[in-house]
Amino acid sequence: MSKIKCQCGHENPYGTELCEKCGRPLSEKAKKSDIVDMRYEGSSRRSQTYKSSIVDKIWNFFSSVKIGVSIIAAVLIASAIGTIFPQKFYVPATTPEGYLEYYERLYGTVGKLYYELGLYDMYNSWWFKVLVGMLATSIIIASIDRVVPLYKSLKKQRTRRHPSFMKRQRIFGEGDVQNTEESLVKAEEKLKAMRYNVKTENGAILAEKHRFSRWGPYINHVGLIIFISGILLRGIPGFYVDEAMWLREGETRNIVGAPGYVLENKKFTLENYTKEEAEEVFGEALDKNGTIAKSYTTDVTLYKQEEGALPGSESLKKVEDYSINVNKPLKFDGYNVFQMDYKLDELKNMTFHLVNKSSEESLGEFTVNLSDPEKEYDLGNGSTVNMLGFYPDYDGIKDGEPYSKSPVPNNPAFIFQMNTPDKPKGEKSFVAIRQTLEVEENDYAIKFAAAETRNISGLTIRKDKTLYILLLGGLVFMIGVIQGMYWQHRRVWIQEDTEGHLLIAAHTNKNWFSLRKELDTLRETADLPAYIDRQDPELDKPEQEGDEEIWT
Amino acid sequence: MDLVTISSNLLFVSFVAYLVATLFFGGAIKKSKSEKAYHNSKWGTIGLVITIIGFLTHLGYFFTRWAASGHAPLSNMFEFTTAFGMMLVGAFILLYIIYRTPSLGLFALPIAIIIISYATMFPTDVTPLIPALQSKWLFIHVITTVIGESILAISAIAGLVFLVKNIDMTKKSKSRFWIEAVMYTLVLVLGFVISSTTFKVMDYEAEFTYIDRDQAPAEITYHVPPLFGMNEYEAMTPEKMTPWVELPPIINAQKMSSLVWSIAVGSVLYVLLRLIARKPLAAVFQPLAKKANSQLMDEIGYRAVLIGFPVFTLGALIFAMIWAHEAWSRFWGWDPKEVWALITWLFYAAFLHLRLSRGWEGKKSAWLAVIGFVIIMFNLIAVNLIIAGLHSYA
Repeated sequence: MSKIKCQCGHENPYGTELCEKCGRPLSEKAKKSDIVDMRYEGSSRRSQTYKSSIVDKIWNFFSSVKIGVSIIAAVLIASAIGTIFPQKFYVPATTPEGYLEYYERLYGTVGKLYYELGLYDMYNSWWFKVLVGMLATSIIIASIDRVVPLYKSLKKQRTRRHPSFMKRQRIFGEGDVQNTEESLVKAEEKLKAMRYNVKTENGAILAEKHRFSRWGPYINHVGLIIFISGILLRGIPGFYVDEAMWLREGETRNIVGAPGYVLENKKFTLENYTKEEAEEVFGEALDKNGTIAKSYTTDVTLYKQEEGALPGSESLKKVEDYSINVNKPLKFDGYNVFQMDYKLDELKNMTFHLVNKSSEESLGEFTVNLSDPEKEYDLGNGSTVNMLGFYPDYDGIKDGEPYSKSPVPNNPAFIFQMNTPDKPKGEKSFVAIRQTLEVEENDYAIKFAAAETRNISGLTIRKDKTLYILLLGGLVFMIGVIQGMYWQHRRVWIQEDTEGHLLIAAHTNKNWFSLRKELDTLRETADLPAYIDRQDPELDKPEQEGDEEIWT
Repeated sequence: MDLVTISSNLLFVSFVAYLVATLFFGGAIKKSKSEKAYHNSKWGTIGLVITIIGFLTHLGYFFTRWAASGHAPLSNMFEFTTAFGMMLVGAFILLYIIYRTPSLGLFALPIAIIIISYATMFPTDVTPLIPALQSKWLFIHVITTVIGESILAISAIAGLVFLVKNIDMTKKSKSRFWIEAVMYTLVLVLGFVISSTTFKVMDYEAEFTYIDRDQAPAEITYHVPPLFGMNEYEAMTPEKMTPWVELPPIINAQKMSSLVWSIAVGSVLYVLLRLIARKPLAAVFQPLAKKANSQLMDEIGYRAVLIGFPVFTLGALIFAMIWAHEAWSRFWGWDPKEVWALITWLFYAAFLHLRLSRGWEGKKSAWLAVIGFVIIMFNLIAVNLIIAGLHSYA
């Protein structure tokens, strides 16, 4: 495509609206407009210039702000839909049937539909990911489409602009002053005092400040892209670990997801606020709400397996003792171990007596370790008890057999065979909590004596190498938005035209009120023509002194 | 006097100060003939001084309560909403000093007053912190979010002034309908305050047993007459009102009753106001907005978004993620409150793009600012009360 040559002699790329150097309107649209569109300095943007090939079309689609905003709106609406009912990960179910049952039971037909449309796990759905991908594409393409030409034209801009450019600015003034030269000198001084960068070119001034704020939007978009790439990286193995484990008091186990590390749970403590310590300030709140938890703590010891040791061997090296608290995870080697959950008082051991039913005499006692029960217990006086069956989470009889719904000892039941000197063949008895069944009438019985419980800590193990990338993305984004939003790019042009009139024009990318205030201060020092803000019809007239006719 | 009492007295002083300051801003508008006089009005300056006094006592409330409880008072609905009102006034003071527009004060302070009244309808007891909240991030994350949201709220207030001024209230139109709907909603909040306060003064209590959503028996106490009953309810205080309808277990009938009472009382109040004024409420306020410069209101609204958006991003997303990673082991979990913070963020991102690239200024931009405020309020009120998640501490 051919270049456009401006009357001032500068060659502009094809599609340029305003000459990069002098600002003369080049396109028909720019020539016709009263106030020129200064958004990207009237530069030639690829998306506005090339429209034929398929690449152009894709490029133009994603560089459009209209499309960009539509994608944002789509993500926004989808996200909102995802909060109508709880998402999958907050639902206490594991199977598809379980989920369906949950949503249908609580939310009826709508809930069923929510499940069937996949909205119950919406944020992981392919189409939500596609939307976010499109958003990222749009951010990249729209930014490149704008930043390159903007940079070029701001770099090439000339101090003296063509009057047709000046006249098409939103803030513009024209008039005669007593001493043009003096006005220009004073204006230059004052603008410098107001921290403008001032350039002069025989009878023309260009004062500019905070151009860097124009790069803010592109920098914050880079931040967003870094953030999104960070999230993509989590898919790569080794970058991201997310595991959970239950660790009982007294247990020492390999840490799930962190090979080579072993954790011992020494004690789990749940502490509530007590009335004594909190009486004065919190008393009323505790009265109303009942108990309020103060802390969940797991005291642990972290061990590391010696280098070269075989897995499972006992060569452990202690790393540290630590108290894991909510908000205070255990940190080692890029891993974090969090206090997430707990269960109090799980049965650990149960102690029973073997008794003679008629005499109620005990033949001795034995203790069953519920996590590792033995097959035979010798009571030492010729009597033994054999464990024929163990049902840790007994839930009734199914198909003529006792049934355990889980391996967790929530409701343990046993089938014992009691071998006593009287009955060497043994008697069988089914023993559950508050229940004993016998096949035939027995002479002996197993009686519950005592139980020992322990607490369990629910721990989550995370390793996330992408965190620093995400943090960097956030930081770059913040720098970008602050740079772009807390500063404004302002320019003031003052020049004497060929007929000896003084022209003044100004532009800012936002915050026109403050720019006008600056111009008013400038006019207090230097004798300059009055200006108008052509987009503010309500501007109070008498505030400016000077040529008042332009207000009517 | 103990610290907690001093603290609530200081809050009361602020409340009164904001009421008085509103009157002075009204005076500033009535008394000034030209725009210049309006910007430099003595009434306005007095209004500002009183607002600043109110803001200082409000800060006093905040820090004495902090001293009393030992943690930043940002841990429940009352504390959060009060801080929101405080920062709203703070943001207003900042923008008033830059732009000196009494009209903004005339709308901002009453809204701050409504927000503070709303806050005091929730339990005001000082509660100890649950383990998840015991972190330095409670203060850092929440205060940054509150500041960001209150600056964004100022943009909605500037938008409201713009709309009240510029919508033609003599002709029937969509804009006229919606601006009146905004006024009606504000009256409904007053309805909530009035109905809750009335029943509180009467010491109304009705107790029920019911079966909750997990099919477990539970108990509940109503502080308003129970229009709706919980799932399979049974009255423990049968001498009190019998509910009209029993609701399914997923709906909290107690909150529903409060809501309906608020709407009923608010609607009656609205009808009364309309009968007295004999015109839409927006038309009543129109003369008070007339003296504001539209261009300036548009700019204040835009500038508030420009200032507030980065602060909101930092507090509600970045600090939130850092804390979420410390406390819940993941920086993002699609918890409803998180999602609605993201929605708020996306909304203002769209707002900025529409404004920068598609030239949505004036009315369109003002409406967007009002909608943004509605989203923030939705996240504060509805997400806490209706959509239960990790954040519903209230």
